[in-house]
Amino acid sequence: MEIRILHVYKCTAISGLLLLLFFGCERVVSDLDSPGFSENPEVFINSFSAGLEYYPFEGSKIDAFSVDSETTFGRSTLSMRFDVPNEGDPEGAYAGAIFRDDNGGRNLSSYNALTFYAKGTKAATINEIGFGLDFFGDRFAVGLNDGLRLTTNWRKYIIPIPDASKLTQSQGLLWYAEGPENGDGYSFWLDEVKYENLSGLAQPRAAIMNGNDVRLTAFAGSASAVTGLTYTINQPNGVDVTVSAAPAYYTFSSSNTNVATVNDEGRVSIVGEGIAEITASLGSISANGKLIIDSASDFTPAPTPTDDPSDVISIFSDAYTNVPVDHFNGFWEPFQTTTSNDFEVNGNNVLGYENFNFVGIEFHINVPTIDGSEMTHLRMDLFFPDEIPANSALRLRLVNDVGGNETVASTTIRPNTNPALVSGQWISVDMDITSLGNRSNLGQIIFDADEGPGLQGASFFVDNIYLRR
Amino acid sequence: MKTVLRYFFCSCLLVVITSACATNNKPDISYTEIIWQDEFDVDGSVNTDLWSFDIGTGAEQGIPGWGNQELQYYTDRPENVRVEDGNLLITARKESFRGSSYTSARILTRGKFQNTFGRYEARIQLPWGPGIWPAFWLLGDDSNGTEIWPQIGEIDIMEYRGQEPTVIHGSVHGPGYSAGNAVTARYTLNNGRFDTDFYLFAIEWSPNSIKFFVDDVMYNEITPDDVSGEWVFNDNSFYIILNVAVGGTFVGPPSSQTTFPQTMKVDYVRVYGEPS
Repeated sequence: MEIRILHVYKCTAISGLLLLLFFGCERVVSDLDSPGFSENPEVFINSFSAGLEYYPFEGSKIDAFSVDSETTFGRSTLSMRFDVPNEGDPEGAYAGAIFRDDNGGRNLSSYNALTFYAKGTKAATINEIGFGLDFFGDRFAVGLNDGLRLTTNWRKYIIPIPDASKLTQSQGLLWYAEGPENGDGYSFWLDEVKYENLSGLAQPRAAIMNGNDVRLTAFAGSASAVTGLTYTINQPNGVDVTVSAAPAYYTFSSSNTNVATVNDEGRVSIVGEGIAEITASLGSISANGKLIIDSASDFTPAPTPTDDPSDVISIFSDAYTNVPVDHFNGFWEPFQTTTSNDFEVNGNNVLGYENFNFVGIEFHINVPTIDGSEMTHLRMDLFFPDEIPANSALRLRLVNDVGGNETVASTTIRPNTNPALVSGQWISVDMDITSLGNRSNLGQIIFDADEGPGLQGASFFVDNIYLRR
Repeated sequence: MKTVLRYFFCSCLLVVITSACATNNKPDISYTEIIWQDEFDVDGSVNTDLWSFDIGTGAEQGIPGWGNQELQYYTDRPENVRVEDGNLLITARKESFRGSSYTSARILTRGKFQNTFGRYEARIQLPWGPGIWPAFWLLGDDSNGTEIWPQIGEIDIMEYRGQEPTVIHGSVHGPGYSAGNAVTARYTLNNGRFDTDFYLFAIEWSPNSIKFFVDDVMYNEITPDDVSGEWVFNDNSFYIILNVAVGGTFVGPPSSQTTFPQTMKVDYVRVYGEPS
């Protein structure tokens, strides 16, 4: 074994810097008639191909990769060896790296797959493996969808390129990330790593939203994203292989740009009222699945709080600095049905709860509890978009000493209380919490429909949750 | 084991013969005159002067699942069988239809064109996916029901498993060598796939010999020495069948990977005989 040159980068800091350089580069390139980047298909055949360098991920075991002369495929004299650490290894919790062409990149547009032979010291699944990660923005990142199942024998593997015409200057030639299997490390090898144009790959299929039709209720000014981008190809042996692919491979479109627009990266901006279907294509293939934006109306933001910041401990508001919170939905199993669809409208963040029965906001698990001894009220704004049945009641509770000697301040709002439980407008609730003798160890806010079942299954929005005096 | 040995033997033989005929796709010297053909040049329904349809699940014929546990209901609807842009299209669909979960089509020349010996060829692009089982094959006349399979004889010019897109099979079935014990050979493409291009599937059938071809490659010859029972291919007359089955003993059921509909495209079927 010999150790190859190591470059350890603080990926986040460096990639920001390099991203700028990369864009600078790209602009020049697009003006040239013939970029003339190398079409060398080899990544690792007996040795590093020209320009290839090794960059481990931050936090990975840096020397997990080595070049091996003992275990090789066929007549090959050297292979790539990866030693996945045991759980708790002080040198790194996992093995992971990119292999990048630092000679400016390769033109891979005439190939349709990255292929290699691989085997492990035991049957295992490499969590992530693919190409297109370059620490320069990873625009054309691709990874096998369900990892790579290793056996203890050499086997050939195919990672298909979703649309090779995009890869005219590709630097990220190979990347992987793998952790211990059931706590145990192991080793695996790759050999004959190269790009190929395989004649036996056929029946390409693409998907967005994992092939599903996903409906999203939204408001003008809010944003969403196309996710679940995949590319599937049938291999010569008749078995499908699916990769997750970066948005840059796809072309997105909106059926109604007066309702929603979508950019090259699959970011969706909701701009008006109505229905818009976001669809995509990959080269000449239409992707299965779509994102259906149902923009019901213009969103009315909650009133901006007027309390002086020095009189406030804020839990969720864009008007104040918020204290840390564990989560805004504890997903308490098994009886909770409430799901979250938090959103942002024109820079204003709003909590969205759907399929309501009960839900809790918690700040006592991994964050400090709140000392509300000086505070007198819990204030928040609530919005119910749908009609409120007559038998509805929303109970609101604030809990001190969670899991210990719990004490609770509580209030319930109904259609006939003040403030009234109404739909279509913001309701400001200002609950007196002085009934709580000890308010020094506050940890939970709980909403429930137990006092009146009319709100079971309802949706509502919450904003500006804070303690005040 | 016997089959395996035979296969190895044949493939050794093949190497020699292949190089001899690799550049020659002309019919065998004795089969040069087209005696029957359908070029599928007229859009619309299948020409019923040449073909008839098998309908249903085989239950009415006393062989539910067509004797192979197949899952489809055969129809003559245009959704399942039609001629379009110069090709016959046989389309397997996933749909509830008269108690079956899939529909497809099977056309045959029974009683319209039956023959002994000759070169039979069809240019076909195959469908794909687990559980898809298209075939181009010949079945012997049953003398008005007095003889039964496998005594009547069966020549499978091309069978294919949708889950093996680079492999086709050519086989003969007869008494003592039928179903799982049929005499068969596989042909594997080294480049390309049967579901992405048209290929010519053919046999040259003469007394005591059936040669199997893909394009200009002869990949097997079966003679009376190769079968473990009576050779039933020298006197009975045979008719042509084209079909796409779904599921069944040869392929297993469709999987979540199988996409529907799946279509077999047939550019033409031609039969050559000796010059008159």
